[in-house]
Amino acid sequence: MDAEWLARIQFALTIGIHFLFPPLSIGLAWLLVVVEGLAWRRRDPVWESAGRFFGKVLALTFGVGVATGIVMEFQFGTNWSRYSTFVGDIFGAPLAAEGVFAFFLESVFLGLYLFGRGRVSRGLHWFSILMVAVGATLSAFWILVANSWQQTPAGFEVREGRAVLTSFSEAVFNPSMWVRFFHTMDAALIAGAFAMAGIAALWRIREQGGEVAARTLRVGIAAGLLFAVLAVFPTGHEHARQVARTQPEKFAAIEGLYETQTGAPLVLFALPHREPPTLKAKIEIPSLTSWMAFGDPEAEIQGIDRFPANEIPPLWMTFVSFHNMVILGMWFIGMMALGAFLWWRGRLDGTRWYQWLLVASAPLPLVACQFGWVAAEVGRQPWAVYRLLRTADAYSVTVGVPELVFSIVLLGGIGALLIGLYLFLLNRQVARGPESVQEVP
Amino acid sequence: MMDLATLQTIWFVLFLVLVVGYAVLDGFDLGIGALSLLERDPDRRGQHMEVIAPVWDGNEVWLLTAGGALFAAFPPVYATVFSGFYLALMLLLAALMFRGVSFKFRNQVDSPGWRTFWDRAFGVGSLVPALLYGVAVGNVLRGVPVTKTAEGFAWQGSFLGLLNPEALLVGVLGLAMFLTHGALYMAHKAHGEAAASAARKAPWLWLSWLGLWVLATGVSAWRSPHLFEGVTTNPLWWLAVLAAMAGMIGIPLAVRAGRYGVAFLASGLAIAAQNGLAAVGLFPRLVPSSLDLAGASLTIHNASSSQRTLGTMLVIALVGMPLVVGYTIVVYRVFRGKVRPGEYYGSH
Repeated sequence: MDAEWLARIQFALTIGIHFLFPPLSIGLAWLLVVVEGLAWRRRDPVWESAGRFFGKVLALTFGVGVATGIVMEFQFGTNWSRYSTFVGDIFGAPLAAEGVFAFFLESVFLGLYLFGRGRVSRGLHWFSILMVAVGATLSAFWILVANSWQQTPAGFEVREGRAVLTSFSEAVFNPSMWVRFFHTMDAALIAGAFAMAGIAALWRIREQGGEVAARTLRVGIAAGLLFAVLAVFPTGHEHARQVARTQPEKFAAIEGLYETQTGAPLVLFALPHREPPTLKAKIEIPSLTSWMAFGDPEAEIQGIDRFPANEIPPLWMTFVSFHNMVILGMWFIGMMALGAFLWWRGRLDGTRWYQWLLVASAPLPLVACQFGWVAAEVGRQPWAVYRLLRTADAYSVTVGVPELVFSIVLLGGIGALLIGLYLFLLNRQVARGPESVQEVP
Repeated sequence: MMDLATLQTIWFVLFLVLVVGYAVLDGFDLGIGALSLLERDPDRRGQHMEVIAPVWDGNEVWLLTAGGALFAAFPPVYATVFSGFYLALMLLLAALMFRGVSFKFRNQVDSPGWRTFWDRAFGVGSLVPALLYGVAVGNVLRGVPVTKTAEGFAWQGSFLGLLNPEALLVGVLGLAMFLTHGALYMAHKAHGEAAASAARKAPWLWLSWLGLWVLATGVSAWRSPHLFEGVTTNPLWWLAVLAAMAGMIGIPLAVRAGRYGVAFLASGLAIAAQNGLAAVGLFPRLVPSSLDLAGASLTIHNASSSQRTLGTMLVIALVGMPLVVGYTIVVYRVFRGKVRPGEYYGSH
């Protein structure tokens, strides 16, 4: 295997490991803003206990997220030096802005939130978790600015083999930026809601946690239903419409449209084959993709056949990951709608099978995040920067195969260890349950 | 808008500010981590971690932001140096990963073996960055093997080439600097025997720092004369010399008076000034080439981003950094005073 593929594997591995944690941190931080706010304003010991518990989960998640994320700040330079040279004039600025506006805010205020309880006023303590959530959101904003620029570059010109900034606002608010930010933020909120609901459901099953479990279960379901719906419409829908307009070969790959056609169907399920590109065992709804993407059931959609063979993304991986993400998205709506129904009928606390389903579903939003990310990033191939710089021309030529093997084993090994320890410690925290409810002083 | 050369100079200074911010702030918590390796008693090791628990995470962000700023302002430096220092950086990342989680993991399981493991992860994970900081600075000061080609700068070195005697000397100097800085913070913030033990070590650490600083400066003057070209006519260089000396003299005076907080500020001043001295010597180079100093060195002029990017980034820095400094000071004030054992992590 050559250095290019090893560099690709290392990036996929390290970003994949890292991306398990930030969505959960972001989602939990915003849910904690609500929970801690209720604890503060209502002086309610149940919300207080819930805040203490999920604050510990946030600390653990955030800690592993930061540890796995440090790699990302350096990896563009270490492993993608030709990419860094090409895009530095544009891509570096959002990364630096993420440090200045986001990392400092979330890290400094997380310390105040975790260790300031009882030391600062309750209002300032609530403000500190709010700043953690705002910081985490700004971090998502800036990193998605940078990544969206790779997908739909804007506000630049190429001079002497480098992309040079011509308009900062056009580069930041590039055509895919807002939809990708909202869709990803929404996914993070789903991840937080399912984690909270799943943990609370496990407490109900084990008959521990009392009122804390009952209330956090409801917070999780209410937030989960809201954001699961928003993930499909409007954020997911608008994101797909944007891809159809700005990256047509990626759209054709994820939707499984291999031939240019008017009245393109929506493929619900199929098994993609590579040579020649075909879909087997296909279940589809006629004309729906044309209608959803362009508002016209007869609209022509470019298929993979319209693009040169060396400019199309891998077909199998993009189709499968995109469709699995969509299937999971539907599952999330169904799960939370069912929960809301049981809540309305007054059967939420007693329905064991539903609680078990919630526990089993708790990690699935993170799986969906990974699928979505694969669809987005593999769907951009063979480009590191869409139609400007090929991934094959982006990796560091100075880093050899032995060094890459060493770093993949090192970073992959540490990542696997941290995931294992995270699950072990999270499981212990959940088993111990929330602290017994005390009167608020 | 300011002209390009002015912006390039401003970004040289701002990058220096971020590096100095990292050295002064994360420097003491790396030093405390490394010092914890010397403690046999697990409770006292735990106190080392506890003293910095609420603030270390924000301190580390100075490093991440410096990395991002280097990428944004001087992309060829970020690309050439980071890919060239590959194995050293991977080692640094591994250390920082273990160190970062050790704070969250150590007190989760009530078992001596578990705690000892994470104490060691904290200690070694602090020692490695504390040493590599100086090794990296040392290599940059003496020059690294880069050449200039039609496509840009090309790295010609190897990992073992980074471990040369001069760079290792600066590495040990950096370690002594951070150990002193950490011991003074520990003496200022900790209670009881943990503080007393750090206070006993501080004078010896200071002495080794002073000796290594003098030695490294002498070796640099002999081996890397490009660092000293024309500096004597630069008032900033003399200012940094005075500040470094004031800091170095201030430390023992404050320690003798039992004012460890003041001694800590003095060591922060000395660290900032010594890094500033190195920067004045380097300017306008960012990374001298050991193969072709005049032709292949990366400078603020041949390795910077465009005027528009530097100008935009300056606005971001001017809006963002005062806020960062402001709330960082507020949070340090909230956590002022001595840290009782068990204050943040509970007792066992």
